[in-house]
Amino acid sequence: MTPTFAFIQILNGLQFGMILFLIAAGLTLVFGVMDFINLAHGVQYMVGAYLAAAFTAWSGSFFIGLALALPAALLFGLLLEFLVFRHLYDRDHLDQVLATFGVILFLNQAVKLVWGAEPLSVPIPDVLSGTIELSDGILYPVYRLVIIGVGLGVGLLLYAVVNHTRLGMLVRAGATNAPMVAALGVNIRLLFTIVFGTGAMLAGLAGAMVAPLLSVEPGMGDHVLILTFVVIVIGGIGSMRGAFVAALLIGLIDTLGRFVAPSVLRAVLDPAAASQVGTALAPMLIYLIMAGVLCFRPSGLFPMKH
Amino acid sequence: MTHRLKPNGRRVVPLLIFALLALVPAATAIGADAFVLSLVTRIMIFGLAAMALDLLLGYGAMISFGHAAYVGIGAYSVGILSSSGIDDVFVQIAVAFAASGLFALVTGAISLRTKGAYFIMITLAFGQMLFFLASSLAAFGGDDGMTLPSRSLVFGAPILKNTVVLYYAAFICLLGFYALCRAIVASRFGRVLRGIRENLVRMEAIGFAPYPYKLAAYVIAGMIASVAGVLLANQAEFVSPAYAGWQRSAELIFMVVLGGVGSLHGAIIGAALFVLLAEYLSRLTEYWPMIFGPLLILVVIFARGGIAGLLKAWR
Repeated sequence: MTPTFAFIQILNGLQFGMILFLIAAGLTLVFGVMDFINLAHGVQYMVGAYLAAAFTAWSGSFFIGLALALPAALLFGLLLEFLVFRHLYDRDHLDQVLATFGVILFLNQAVKLVWGAEPLSVPIPDVLSGTIELSDGILYPVYRLVIIGVGLGVGLLLYAVVNHTRLGMLVRAGATNAPMVAALGVNIRLLFTIVFGTGAMLAGLAGAMVAPLLSVEPGMGDHVLILTFVVIVIGGIGSMRGAFVAALLIGLIDTLGRFVAPSVLRAVLDPAAASQVGTALAPMLIYLIMAGVLCFRPSGLFPMKH
Repeated sequence: MTHRLKPNGRRVVPLLIFALLALVPAATAIGADAFVLSLVTRIMIFGLAAMALDLLLGYGAMISFGHAAYVGIGAYSVGILSSSGIDDVFVQIAVAFAASGLFALVTGAISLRTKGAYFIMITLAFGQMLFFLASSLAAFGGDDGMTLPSRSLVFGAPILKNTVVLYYAAFICLLGFYALCRAIVASRFGRVLRGIRENLVRMEAIGFAPYPYKLAAYVIAGMIASVAGVLLANQAEFVSPAYAGWQRSAELIFMVVLGGVGSLHGAIIGAALFVLLAEYLSRLTEYWPMIFGPLLILVVIFARGGIAGLLKAWR
């Protein structure tokens, strides 16, 4: 593996990590404040991608598509909250897991019914479609850098809001003790709705951002959902900082592991066996890392204080 | 005195279930569709896996979201051994027990250090880890899965090829493990487990360390589910990573909740309702999950305690 190749893979890993962060941020907030496990967070990402694809095709511009997809994803999230999730806040985790699994079943088929089973593709907008020369000879797609930038921007914005505004203070207080916040006269339902809407919109944003890179298809949220779970478990459920660190970690490991694992194994095994074991091991790597982290820190890297 | 009334109902319902299951092949002999036999075999197989999960969910309050992984281990024990020429069902079950027990011991030891939502998510992640491992086994079909060369042999005889024999093999497994689970639940071990479920702090205060009890239950439940995998591989004559997928784990949880958590036989009723409903709806429309999903949500929101809960409320 040449240094150039490694550098590009590190950037790819960061870009993937940023997408994971956008999804994990909402999931970890919703969980932290509402103690609500939302399996349907992955399909909200999928719906975001479909909305972006549909609005882009309709308007002919990715930016108009994105601008329309975000509020649509927000409205869609709030609709789900009103129809289903609202009835589950005071239930145990088992009920929450099951009912939100029902939402996944429904939506994975519903997108098939509306947009067909064939994957949709969204072209990268012309302005962002070029490559940029990072140093001599290393070309990197601008669009992927834009994703990294968006992820960083959202991360900073969330950091500022959560840590330095009144709303953020309520969110943090809600994550520590929601009944107490309600008892002090805060409209906790409204706070829940704001947190939930933010989470839904961020998942939608992640879906819309990856739409030009991946094919938009039914079930695309399922795999991402599991990775997001790994991220928030490693980071510590409810912790925004943990989600950011763990998302980048998982993004990097998952991307680099596919290249590094076989080449490391080549030192101890013959090449054919190394590449076989390596490709088998690479997708398992992040779960092994998760097991390792939880072995020593059962509440993740940045546990919430209660 | 109310708890005196319960055991009666608890004895009658399971008796009815097993009597009914024992008579199904007779019904097909007089002329019912032979398809019924394979359908009910599937019900018993998933019932077995769901019952094992109920041991965790209902008696140990451990929400394992990776239980399909153990079904997958059982199925792949059959697939891998039979493709290397080892067809004896007892060897396959022994390997399935060993592999699932070991996997449950290692992952359980880590998972049980965590609590609540962490436990749900970490069991889910370990399940997915196994799913990806199965998908990467290129020699055994990879993503696509593999067709078995033949069903397992019992003492060298290919009797499982006969669907009625396979039916009763599944029946005996279900009955045997039901009796075992009942005995476990009624034993001292089971009482400690239920005590931990009811109040962890009090159990610790009277001198029980919860961890070894939970881990033992986790390993037992995993090993029982692997038998369901051995049966499933034989019934379908096919193994695939999808057996271990997280959707399957969610379906197993749904079966347990549908039949009523913490009754063991409820899991069998739940499996029956699930398999029949999925079968019926999938004939109705290609988009059957669009009906099934909302139905699941309605059951969770309105039918607390599953079918057993509904019956109780109705009485």
